[in-house]
Amino acid sequence: MNLMEYQGKELFKRCGIPVPRSQHCKTPDDVAAFIAKNPGKWVVKAQVLMGGRGKAGKIKFAATAEEGRTVAREIMATPMPPNRQNPSGEAVNSLLVEETVEIEKEAYCAITVDRASKRPSIIVTRFGGMDVEEVHEKHPESFTYHFVDTAIGYWPFIGRGLAFDAELDAGYRKQFPAIAAGIYDLFFRYGAKLVEINPLVLTKDGRVVAADAKIELDDDGLFRYPEFKEWQAVLPLDEDERLAAEAGLGIRNFRRFGGTVGTLANGAGLAMGTMDAVKNAGGEIANFLDVGGGADAQRVRNCYELVVNHTAAKVFFINIFGGITRGDEVAKGIVTAMKETTSRKIPLVIRLTGTNEEEGRRILAEAGMTPVQTMDEGAKRAVELAAGA
Amino acid sequence: MSIYLDKSSKIFVQGITGSEGSYHTGRMLSYGTNIVGGVTPGKGGQKTAHGLPVFDTVKECVAATGATHQCIFVPPAGAADALLEAYEAGIRFSVCITEGVPVHDMLRVAGATPGMRIIGPNCPGLISPGKSLVGIMPGHVFKEGNVGLISRSGTLTYEVVDGLTRAGLGQSTCVGIGGDPIIGTTFVDCLRAFAEDPQTEALVLCGEIGGSDEEEAAAFIKRHLSDTPIVGFIGGRNAPPGKSLGHAGAIISGSFGTPQSKIAAFQAAGVPVADRPSQIPELLKERLGVRV
Repeated sequence: MNLMEYQGKELFKRCGIPVPRSQHCKTPDDVAAFIAKNPGKWVVKAQVLMGGRGKAGKIKFAATAEEGRTVAREIMATPMPPNRQNPSGEAVNSLLVEETVEIEKEAYCAITVDRASKRPSIIVTRFGGMDVEEVHEKHPESFTYHFVDTAIGYWPFIGRGLAFDAELDAGYRKQFPAIAAGIYDLFFRYGAKLVEINPLVLTKDGRVVAADAKIELDDDGLFRYPEFKEWQAVLPLDEDERLAAEAGLGIRNFRRFGGTVGTLANGAGLAMGTMDAVKNAGGEIANFLDVGGGADAQRVRNCYELVVNHTAAKVFFINIFGGITRGDEVAKGIVTAMKETTSRKIPLVIRLTGTNEEEGRRILAEAGMTPVQTMDEGAKRAVELAAGA
Repeated sequence: MSIYLDKSSKIFVQGITGSEGSYHTGRMLSYGTNIVGGVTPGKGGQKTAHGLPVFDTVKECVAATGATHQCIFVPPAGAADALLEAYEAGIRFSVCITEGVPVHDMLRVAGATPGMRIIGPNCPGLISPGKSLVGIMPGHVFKEGNVGLISRSGTLTYEVVDGLTRAGLGQSTCVGIGGDPIIGTTFVDCLRAFAEDPQTEALVLCGEIGGSDEEEAAAFIKRHLSDTPIVGFIGGRNAPPGKSLGHAGAIISGSFGTPQSKIAAFQAAGVPVADRPSQIPELLKERLGVRV
């Protein structure tokens, strides 16, 4: 679960990480009322999960209540423009009105789970305020890491060492260890997978503040934090995630790509392998779909309807490696699903292995479907059918 | 020989009375796995449908049965607890099948269990064909032989193994290491073990986009296993960047974990990379042929 900036900053405050003074607002009127009561120079920021707000014109300055109302209207009038990762864009439903800070320097600080060392890793670079991936390409040598031994935990020497090794401006040195302590605390207190401050600003008057907040909480750990249910409810799902949830799948089990060969497999690895097979056969993939455990009739029907009604698929390639599942049962499930569905029909190519696979293939062939023996063969047939359709 | 697991390994199942635990215990027993008992708190003293003794605690189970290997089928919230209980009872080998274990639980376990070999979590387990199976893999697709296999995925592993078996390439041990951000055993850990196993003559590595495990494995191969015939495969080449697909493992972030970087690393280590799973047997046969 990714948090919005205002939610992240709320957690920053609870963990002692300094943030600029701010107010979360839901309407342009709220923005105007807040600025009227609190005169000064404010910045109005769209609260969305997508990146690139500045470039999209979703961060604007306001010095008066009227200006605040106007820029708030402008920001909320249109959704965030679509990008490669989120082709449906994202509506702006709320705003953060924040004190303007005079920037002297910008740095970057984060904590995440390091797979290789199996430890929390604190990451610092003196280049902040830009896309971190871009910084990593241009200045890879600027990144400084500390892999925290959880038996020792975080101590100030770690923060001092990081600030020194990362060559942070001297103005950061005194306050940085407490900020690193804050993100370490937050990371464990709320079961985060990522806590990122970009930029960590050194202000002209010598303060160090977190000007943005990016937090990803571990979905698998959320059951321990019922307090986040409310926040979760306001977080937007993108369209693919919403469609997946409606079909009873995990939100990460379905994704669309715009090609003409629909795919379904059991297991994420095999589902990715199936997409690769379609590409290898010269086809374009309509979607990724991991059906998860069993492939009973209701599940298959939901998935079929999801793909037929919401992608450009002209053929549907189902790839089930039975393992311990019985092939005849899967086949019966597919046949029943196709009898029951009211959606338009597209040809099915089904690769089925597992116990009783011959029986399964016989059932499918009798129902007029195209059973095949291998993944490559199935991909080839599916691509041919899509081209002919 | 084989790695991690052989006929003498004494396995106990944590969560043996649950539906998954009970079902897969039956499957493992019919494969010939030496399961000596199980643990379910509150059900100590009972016998399972398979006639195995159930204990309340790991300590009791170990004392009564001499169990050495743990296999975990408990719900996500209890997985770390089960691992630590086993560690305290002296167990140094565990296979955690459970999917959805909080990553912070695994961070704590990783820091608190030095010397313990944990496979998983969120994995299909491992099998030394003809000897023992611990986990949920379909035993019938495997065949005893000399190829070691390491994979991050479940069903894709079965796909690859099926191809190897049909091509007459049996396996020494196949390990499904799991797809979570923190896993107990990595590619490199398995490579170290395989390097010392006389039965294993060749290796197959099934990687996936995301993380840098494959790159680290390639570096290890270059230094220590340059004479071993090895074939690689990377699943998810056509996945879009920045998005998780299915389980947590398959996410590309930044310049790490792209399929290109993994393929390049394998190739630089002299490991040919199959374009598709069905190519693996022929590539491996070529590599074996070159050596003979």
